[in-house]
Amino acid sequence: MTTPQQETVPFGAAAASGARRPTWPQTRHWVLAAALAVAIAAPFFFHGFVIFQLTEVMIYGLAILGLNLLTGFNGQFSVGHGAFYGLGAYVTAIMMQRWGIAYYWTLPAAGGVCFVVGVLVGLPALRLQGLYLALVTFAAAVALPQLLKFHGFEGWTGGVQGIVVDQPDVPGFLPISADQWLYFFTLGVMLLMFAGASNLIRSRTGRAIMAIRDHPIAAAAMGINAPVYKTLTFGVSALYTGVAGALGALAVQFVAPDSFTLFLSISFLVGLIIGGMGSLPGCLFGGLFVLYVPNIAESVSRGLAGAVYGVIMLLVIFAMPSGAAGFVRHAAGYLSRWRNPPPEPAGQNLAAPQNAYIGQQQAAGFAVRQPPGIVEEQALRITAQEALTTAKQERSRKPK
Amino acid sequence: MKHPTRRRILAAAPTVLALGGPLFIARPARAAKNYGPGVTDSEIKIGNTGPYSGPASSYSSVPKSEVAYWKMINDQGGINGRKINYISYDDAYTPPKTVEMVRKLVEQDHVLLVASTLGTPTSSAVWHYLNQHQVPQLFVASGATKWDDPKGHPWTIGWQPNYQSEGRIYAAYALKEKPDGKIGILYQDDDFGKDYLKGLTDGLGSKAAAMLKVKASYETTDATVDSQVISMKAAGCDVFVNTAIPKFAAQAIKKAAEIAWKPLHILSSIGSSVGATLKPAGFDNSEGIISDFYLKDPTDPRWQNDAGYKWWVAFMNKYLPGADQTDGGYVAGSMLAATLAQVLKQCGDDLTRENVMKQAASLHNFTVPMLLPGITINTSPTDFAPIKQVQMARFNSGRWQLFGPLLTGAVG
Amino acid sequence: MQLLLQQIMAGLANGAIYAGMALAVVMIFLAIDHLNFAQGEMATFSTFVAWQLLAWGFPYWIAFVLVVMLSFVGGIAIERILFKPLHKASILSQLVAFIALFSILNSGDGYIWDYTIKTFPTPFGTRPLFGSVLIDTHEAGMIGVTLVVLLLIYGFFRGTRLGLAMRAAAQNPESARLVGIRVGWMTALGWGLAAAIGAVGGMLIAPVVFLEPNMMFGVLLYGFAGAVLGGLTSPGGAVIGGFAVGIIENLAGTFVPYIGRDLKLTIALIVIVAVLMVRPAGIFGRMTVSRV
Repeated sequence: MTTPQQETVPFGAAAASGARRPTWPQTRHWVLAAALAVAIAAPFFFHGFVIFQLTEVMIYGLAILGLNLLTGFNGQFSVGHGAFYGLGAYVTAIMMQRWGIAYYWTLPAAGGVCFVVGVLVGLPALRLQGLYLALVTFAAAVALPQLLKFHGFEGWTGGVQGIVVDQPDVPGFLPISADQWLYFFTLGVMLLMFAGASNLIRSRTGRAIMAIRDHPIAAAAMGINAPVYKTLTFGVSALYTGVAGALGALAVQFVAPDSFTLFLSISFLVGLIIGGMGSLPGCLFGGLFVLYVPNIAESVSRGLAGAVYGVIMLLVIFAMPSGAAGFVRHAAGYLSRWRNPPPEPAGQNLAAPQNAYIGQQQAAGFAVRQPPGIVEEQALRITAQEALTTAKQERSRKPK
Repeated sequence: MKHPTRRRILAAAPTVLALGGPLFIARPARAAKNYGPGVTDSEIKIGNTGPYSGPASSYSSVPKSEVAYWKMINDQGGINGRKINYISYDDAYTPPKTVEMVRKLVEQDHVLLVASTLGTPTSSAVWHYLNQHQVPQLFVASGATKWDDPKGHPWTIGWQPNYQSEGRIYAAYALKEKPDGKIGILYQDDDFGKDYLKGLTDGLGSKAAAMLKVKASYETTDATVDSQVISMKAAGCDVFVNTAIPKFAAQAIKKAAEIAWKPLHILSSIGSSVGATLKPAGFDNSEGIISDFYLKDPTDPRWQNDAGYKWWVAFMNKYLPGADQTDGGYVAGSMLAATLAQVLKQCGDDLTRENVMKQAASLHNFTVPMLLPGITINTSPTDFAPIKQVQMARFNSGRWQLFGPLLTGAVG
Repeated sequence: MQLLLQQIMAGLANGAIYAGMALAVVMIFLAIDHLNFAQGEMATFSTFVAWQLLAWGFPYWIAFVLVVMLSFVGGIAIERILFKPLHKASILSQLVAFIALFSILNSGDGYIWDYTIKTFPTPFGTRPLFGSVLIDTHEAGMIGVTLVVLLLIYGFFRGTRLGLAMRAAAQNPESARLVGIRVGWMTALGWGLAAAIGAVGGMLIAPVVFLEPNMMFGVLLYGFAGAVLGGLTSPGGAVIGGFAVGIIENLAGTFVPYIGRDLKLTIALIVIVAVLMVRPAGIFGRMTVSRV
């Protein structure tokens, strides 16, 4: 029985030690580099409005990433992340317009405030599972606009009138427009935060977070302090979405209670699911979906725009039940298998102890989800389904 | 005929210019064609946003009737020979969507101006943007008082009598009819509701604290407003200022009748549509309700032979067949468009944004078919409130009966 | 005192609305172990169909029965067509399907029937009950019908084999399958019943709040609150929860100074959170114990 400590064998070393060098990361790196190049070039080919839309895609992608950290990686449902988005937006608006603070300082402030609020929300959330947590966050999302309009806070929030936010100025020496500057600023922030999230996922903390999602009891038995991790994840998730909200305030240049209704929270959730839970690039796809598909639906039929949007959502979710990222992963898997058929049956050629550990867990009946983003060894083709079927067959063969 | 090569054309150029020169230079200055963005010899592009979906979709009749009006204008040949391309997008009554759609209209569709954005929070979201980019925001479909701000926002102009002026009119009426009365106001907890509240409070002046007993707000997500109505009766109110949207206004009217509460019931123009509010509430329950009007009520039989009304019905039958003609939104929308049509006519061939704004601020005694007789549209460089007058009416035996003189509650 | 009594009665009347919705919510929950966010829209759509039948001249009770049956069939159809292919996918993919359904129904309502509010008749009349201005005959009728439906559901689940089979299928599909229960059809049946209950609820609510595509939006939140308060596994609890939420909402709105009126939604939120903190299964729900 392998012990959990062997989990810490660095994956790269295992790869170098004997297995064939996987082709996956190379392709991935090229794709990332190309995407980055396109992203940097884009604002120079489009005019103001499209740049604004692309900025919004990134902002929504970042907000969805926040939700992804909580729901996709940690398994805590939230139907109310629009509230954190709104909170971040209002922090920025109040700091800039009431206290005259420069826009770049408002981002860490928005993140900090949302982190604290997220932790405070996360504490009682410890007692709630799945559905009930969804309900509470649902109620919070519905109640937020009313709270923002509350006349007791009007001095700060501007009440129903909202607050107009000035567009950030371009630093004097750059020959670009304000829209382009905001685009690059957002791009920079987004890359930074995605890198942070990626690091978090691959670290021990990330694995702990995912372990809590997959099997909370086993995780606790292994010594992971679930309450601490869950609460902190809530905080970090809120931080991400709050920063997205702050950027949103800068892009739209206006915050008002009616901008942050339940519909926003639902949009984030839809974007997350369609993009693919537990996938970082999927968040951007989700952002694209949330921004563009309603417009597409409207151009199809103005009177029935909502219905068309619903039908498109259904088509997408039927075609890609695990979201776009899941679809890409499966497609890439098929492609790899087609080009390099597996040499031997699954379960025998286990190149690294980590794979052995996972294999044994699966054979014992635990469906271990592969941490997303970690390269699949070509030798390891077990899907959780196959392992489960095998396990079931073994169990049913045992005398009752 | 020798094939005209480039060298030959270039060689001929000076001669042509010399001969034709006078034609270019001595042209009379009258029909100077001056075009802003979105204008060609044959087309003017105009942008609009409205709630075709979402919680405020009951107001979709307003932009729909505008679109239909411009179709009618195009069928009649357009304005000064140009067809109007009226691009109307759905913003679902959410301000960020309004921002996105208006930016699209300005930066991608290159419209000349943005007309009749519907709603107060939505129009507020693009208020600064349009003024910053010097794009006319004409005839905003909202009664918020802030559109009348020529100094601060010279590119935005309202249309209907604003909510604060209506609130003042209600206050004046209450002071006249029930000087010692206790007033309860039902208002929606957002921009327009609070505008009414302010107007009412200001209009009551020093007596506000004594008279305004119950200020009950509601949210559009509330199921009913029964609780608010009950509170007012319990507080002893005998004047009820009902500024709610049709759904909740109708509920309030019904509930008041059910609990046998008969105050002086003042209904705002938002909720005074017969088809949208009073019919569901029940004509018996609505007996004696007071409201203020500036547009003709399509269900009022007195307009049967009125030329303006007949025009409107013909317009509706042809361009919006099957639409509910008791819905006042169709009246408002078509009249908003008619006002804009006048501005475009006045512009002639000088269709720059500056001139559009100038003409919008130069409407004198202009009327449109469905305005009440005697009410005129007037604007000037210091007056961005086109319609200021209303007339009171009482609901009797199933129809609104106008009474009294034209009133104006202009905000000082 | 008069005010208190009136607000309580008004709260009960509102509460009947929430209770009807909460009942449909619990019904679905018992059948499929999830919440159906499109419940309100399904009810609204059914009510519109009823309105259309009435407009075409059908007598009230015929239209009523017809719509309940059509809703039943419709609910089954939705489950078979939309959710059966998705039942292996994660719960969140199913959530997208719920949201899509919500969107389609809401938009479809507005397109077909317009956004102007419509009146819907009530079979109970609106005369003051026993001459009192505290409650009228329709509100009493609403409460009565809700209780009758509740009794029927209770009898169905506790007293019939089909009800037992349905509960088994929802709680433990694998074992249920092993004893011969057709789990797929049990789920479909649950949907059909929930749709039918929702239709009844919609037709009772419409006379009070007026029929329009967004009729159920606010009601849904309070319905969820009521279902949570009473217990998602207990139909009786849901009904009581619905009434309680109605009363709490009204009393808090009237009597809590300064914040009560403006923060009614927040109060609903606080109710939900408080209940879930103290007793997650709701007042009458059953605490589930699962083996690890």
